[in-house]
Amino acid sequence: MPEILSPASPSKSRATQIGLVLAGLGVVLLAIGVYLGLFVSPPDAHMGNVVRILYVHVPTAVSTLGTFTVAFVAALGFLWRPSWKFDGVLEASLEVGVLLALMTCAQGSIWARPTWGVWWDWDPRLTTTAVMLFSFGGVLALRYFVDDPVRRAMWSAVATIVAYADVPVVHFSVRWWSSLHQKQLTGTSLPGPLKTPLMLTFPGMLLLVSGFVVLRAKLAMRRRATELAPPPAAEPNPVAPTPEAVEGGR
Amino acid sequence: MTDPIPARSFGSAKKSRWFAVGALVVAGGAFALIASGRIGNNLVYYWGPTQMEKAGQKAIGATIRLGGQVVPGSIHQDPSGRSLTFEVTDRHATVEVHSSGIPPQMFRAGIGVVVEGTMTKSGVFESNRLMVSHGSQYRPPKAGQTVDVQDQMKTTTGLAGEKIR
Repeated sequence: MPEILSPASPSKSRATQIGLVLAGLGVVLLAIGVYLGLFVSPPDAHMGNVVRILYVHVPTAVSTLGTFTVAFVAALGFLWRPSWKFDGVLEASLEVGVLLALMTCAQGSIWARPTWGVWWDWDPRLTTTAVMLFSFGGVLALRYFVDDPVRRAMWSAVATIVAYADVPVVHFSVRWWSSLHQKQLTGTSLPGPLKTPLMLTFPGMLLLVSGFVVLRAKLAMRRRATELAPPPAAEPNPVAPTPEAVEGGR
Repeated sequence: MTDPIPARSFGSAKKSRWFAVGALVVAGGAFALIASGRIGNNLVYYWGPTQMEKAGQKAIGATIRLGGQVVPGSIHQDPSGRSLTFEVTDRHATVEVHSSGIPPQMFRAGIGVVVEGTMTKSGVFESNRLMVSHGSQYRPPKAGQTVDVQDQMKTTTGLAGEKIR
């Protein structure tokens, strides 16, 4: 029986420990950053308090692109040198990435309504982001539909590489086309006191997301181990009548 | 990761490498097509006043987005508060806009806007969807300045005493 199936292994694996430390550090930095962003930093002169959503929206959006980049690299790695490690990282980063993309859209909508005046509009940045969310959501769905682990890994790796074409387009969309969405932040976008919270929430979000990916990859490896384990030898069913009993009843 | 996963053949690695190459070609091709502008040039989110002027008759009756800056001093609010007129410029051409509905809180002279609607024969752009577009520059209020968002919603002048760009 694989080690994995044994109940409650006494010590946590190395990967689990690393994942928990990363996520824990991330939560601490995010908590301090969010506190500063909500209660200490000044509002924007025109926008007022709404500007504070920037402290989570920007880190979430950047992490989304980063997480899908990890998925892309894992997919390439898998096809180049197939291993369950790459597949586990692919599964993890796809799932975390789709969640982040969804959060990015929700936060963006909440920010857009009071500032732009609308919840949503089909501007280039928003459209390409929606395309990204649905493409990777599709890849994730593909993983759930394919039962054979080997085919699932192969197909989703290929689909991830194709879907990734949109990720740099999301990044460049605000530079290539005129859009409703503002351009990326630059060094002078946020003067001193407005910048401080972001200096904490940004690394905090990256750490939390890396922790999630490590933990989720570990979970994926465990699932693969159970999926691929040979079925346990058939045990005699005490309820079903044995052939002898059936014979004897005649 | 230490968990033993039962060995299972992935098939020939050569084959899966060809999958990687194929997928990269498809993704790279799609990206190059968009980046080179072959598709991108056809994706126009809004027209500027200059493009609107060039389009002439074609702009009448079609649903269009017009984007530009609100000309300072051109904002006139209907006494009922249900509509307003203002001018949108890209520094080369100017289009007069009649917009129904209440403008967003950020709407003020000099700010970027995107309006959706259609050009009328009288040369006024009739809009029923007004969106404010702001840059990625954020500033804390100056000393003594208060940010009263509720108050800003009532006016289209922005903060008191502030110079319009």
